[in-house]
Amino acid sequence: MPHDHNDPFHHEGMSPSGHPYRPDNDQPLTYWQRMEIAVRELLVEKGITTAAEINALIEQMDARSPALGASVVARAWDDPAFKQRLLADGSAAMEEIGIDPDGLKLVVVENTSRVHNVVVCTLCSCYPRNLLGLPPDWYKTRAYRSRTVKEPRAVLSEFGLELPQDVRVQVHDSTADMRYLVLPRRPEGTGGWDAEALAGIVTRDCMIGVAIPQLP
Amino acid sequence: MTDNTEQGRRWHDMGGKDAGEIARGEHDFALWEKRVDALMRLTSAKGYFTVDGLRRAIEDMGEDAFETMIYYERWIASITQNLIESNAFTIEELNQRMEEVAARGPTYGEAQGPGEMERAE
Amino acid sequence: MTVLPEVTAPPFPPPYPTRGARFAPGDTVRVRPGAAPGHMRTPWYLRGHTGRVERICGDFANPEELAYHRDGGPARALYRVRFTMAEVWGEAAERARDTVDAEIFEHWLEPADAP
Repeated sequence: MPHDHNDPFHHEGMSPSGHPYRPDNDQPLTYWQRMEIAVRELLVEKGITTAAEINALIEQMDARSPALGASVVARAWDDPAFKQRLLADGSAAMEEIGIDPDGLKLVVVENTSRVHNVVVCTLCSCYPRNLLGLPPDWYKTRAYRSRTVKEPRAVLSEFGLELPQDVRVQVHDSTADMRYLVLPRRPEGTGGWDAEALAGIVTRDCMIGVAIPQLP
Repeated sequence: MTDNTEQGRRWHDMGGKDAGEIARGEHDFALWEKRVDALMRLTSAKGYFTVDGLRRAIEDMGEDAFETMIYYERWIASITQNLIESNAFTIEELNQRMEEVAARGPTYGEAQGPGEMERAE
Repeated sequence: MTVLPEVTAPPFPPPYPTRGARFAPGDTVRVRPGAAPGHMRTPWYLRGHTGRVERICGDFANPEELAYHRDGGPARALYRVRFTMAEVWGEAAERARDTVDAEIFEHWLEPADAP
């Protein structure tokens, strides 16, 4: 797969499928890495899993990035009937456009002129990873998990997002089986844009709810 | 001194607690971390435990684990705990293998052993 | 005084199977207290507070049981329940009418009379 430096989701150091081994292989072995190797080998030897299965999942993980979520948002912006299906059943709608939910139970929440949504998991770090890839470290921090349900505006402010008082902030705490994706508002000035251009302004942070799409 | 209004509140149940600024750094995931993630998904899919068991064992590690271990270190500790509970392997087998692994060499690359796990370039 | 949020019942059915759910969108519900040890998915900050059911998510197995290698059955209704920040945080709320939604299992909810 070509490495596209204009792709906002593939930065230097990230590892989409096909990149060579990371230099971690030369780092001193930690206790927990020792455990990972031992457990993995025992599981393979006992026939519980195989190297091929493990590698396949890693490749699948590498292939999942916020670009998947952005394509869902772009489609919803362009196709009102799709948007309604997306809001009714997020997993069925993503499957419609060829993205395998693979067990993800997706609830899509729509930003409007009156409501801004933001997602958190106060109890751990639940995240729609099958659609957005692995969550960023900050999403898992004590500070984000503690403060977002109590002072979301202060949190958003830290991320550079200020909201008017007449907009209701709606926080979603992913406490159980559902996973949440924010459908941001389509900005003015994007009329006639193709799907790729629309997806290009939808960042991961917009789909968590700590940012809104910006025109380039 | 115990605050009686919070008795029974568990450390991981963080919503609404006071906290400082959100550290915004992000790190790329190392191969060993992705392997941990893959092991969790595979062994839970194969019925050895569920994501709920993963969370439960992490919660039971106590607050110290959150301060001193990184995310995927807590995961491998929890996965291993759950797999022992489910009889995927014995503690004796794990002990033996962890010693062997350590004996292979001081870096992750050497300790991971022969190339069966290497991905095709 | 309980401050209740606005909820609009979703114009679509729950996306996951559900049977015999006790509560419906719009119902006012109180989250039960609970201070037992063990694995629970009802956050501390919502226990004892009153909100409105925003939607039924579907029936799911109980994570409190699944966490201990038990099968978590029978599946029971999981609801999205909405709370106002005023109700949850009182004077400390940033903005009284901002809201927080969480998924709460039926066995943690009881009917509450509207104010």
